[in-house]
Amino acid sequence: MAEKKTVWTKKDLLGLEYLSKEEIELILYTAASFKEVTTRQIKKVPALRGKTVVNLFYEPSTRTRTSFELAAKRLSADVINIEIEASSVKKGETLIDTGRNIEALKIDIIVVRHNASGAPNILARSVKARVVNAGDGWHEHPTQALLDMLTLKSKLGRLEGLKVSIIGDIAHSRVARSNIWGLTKLGAEVTVCAPPLLIPDGIERMGVRVTTDVDEALKGADAINVLRMQFERDGALAFPSKLEYFKQYGITAERLKNCKKDIVVMHPGPINRGVEMSSEVADGKNSVILEQVTNGIAVRMAVLYLVAHAKGAE
Amino acid sequence: MTLKEKSKILDENSMAKTLERLAHEIVEKNKAIGDIAIIGIKNRGAYLGVRLAAKIEKIAGVKVPVGALDITLYRDDLTEASSQPVVHATEIDFDIGGKSIILVDDVLYTGRTIRCALDALIDFGRPSQIQLAVLVDRGHRELPIRADYVGKNVPTSLKEVIEVRLSETDGKDEVVLCEKKADVGDIGT
Repeated sequence: MAEKKTVWTKKDLLGLEYLSKEEIELILYTAASFKEVTTRQIKKVPALRGKTVVNLFYEPSTRTRTSFELAAKRLSADVINIEIEASSVKKGETLIDTGRNIEALKIDIIVVRHNASGAPNILARSVKARVVNAGDGWHEHPTQALLDMLTLKSKLGRLEGLKVSIIGDIAHSRVARSNIWGLTKLGAEVTVCAPPLLIPDGIERMGVRVTTDVDEALKGADAINVLRMQFERDGALAFPSKLEYFKQYGITAERLKNCKKDIVVMHPGPINRGVEMSSEVADGKNSVILEQVTNGIAVRMAVLYLVAHAKGAE
Repeated sequence: MTLKEKSKILDENSMAKTLERLAHEIVEKNKAIGDIAIIGIKNRGAYLGVRLAAKIEKIAGVKVPVGALDITLYRDDLTEASSQPVVHATEIDFDIGGKSIILVDDVLYTGRTIRCALDALIDFGRPSQIQLAVLVDRGHRELPIRADYVGKNVPTSLKEVIEVRLSETDGKDEVVLCEKKADVGDIGT
């Protein structure tokens, strides 16, 4: 039973870039404790009783929003979902004004997803309420990376020294960026792999190895995190066709034969079967995709608990 | 703030004897010893629970289920700005429904920890009864709670602190009465 001496002092969770190794470890330790709560018959504890959480989503999301909503409810908080089609943004209200109006309703925590990178940072500076980033533009998606790290840690027992390859559209991926920040801080060796046009300039400055050859990314890896190819959005410009992508970059059982036998296969969802990976791999014994979903609730419970009780952050 | 040791209340030997006596009392009071289960409150109560279970098994020849309870999420001071306790995992891998639960903690003081533990336990199921065993009762209750089994009653002042040290967490077994001493520069406390 490891005693953790770190104390959480941050008002907000905006990205893993801004956290120390110890703070990330504290979140993971707390999340591991919360996992037990989600296995109880009565999946509810009173830690956030009387607090109100708003899910402010400027981008459509079902899984992240549901996960945050469940996490808040399992901590006994009250939850309100504000979706953008139904809100006054269409009437021209700014993000800061929306934030201040939410705060005037005596809300304690705002979980925000926005299509603009940095929007949660702006919101956090403008309101006293705690702000949790649920994904902003191409910038960060910290809770996704944290749940990936929790899954890896519970599967492989450690993060330090692990070889993790992130494969797919790195350029447009906030999941990739948050994972790179988090994993490198905790001592994992990260490789990113994508078609040349989907590798952002200067990514190696984040301390990662870069390759365009998927078999090289797979070789020796303890785990892979396969990203969604967003052909409906930016990916279409960078790669000719889904079939072509699957041939060159898709993760198949055949490709996994040359890997470590117990390689861990992750995907943040939703999966494009037959584009990023075959069904055989997605449903295979190496896949932890559904465990990631379960761990997501524990991670979000931990984050909400920590920011709500941040020491000295007023 | 520093702690100044005033006197030793239990050493390794007397702690072992005290736990032995508590185990005998639990066996004596619970005729249906097969129905009991022990749940220790983290951190030190959990280790004491494991020790008591081993002793009960020796005395009564029955294996007693043991669990560990983390009460952080049930604390009534969570909303106070100064507190941010670390959440540890609760480990109860048996059904507590219908069981006589012996709740174990190291020190009984205000009773607030026990209140949390009762709330937490009842979220796990419906035990037939809950009894409380503590190594030290130091008084100053703020809630109507009492222990069924007490290792040692120690009258204390509010300036004093009871330090329970266990070999599992602190390298040795002892209970020490300490006094809080304000350091130069401390304001309040």
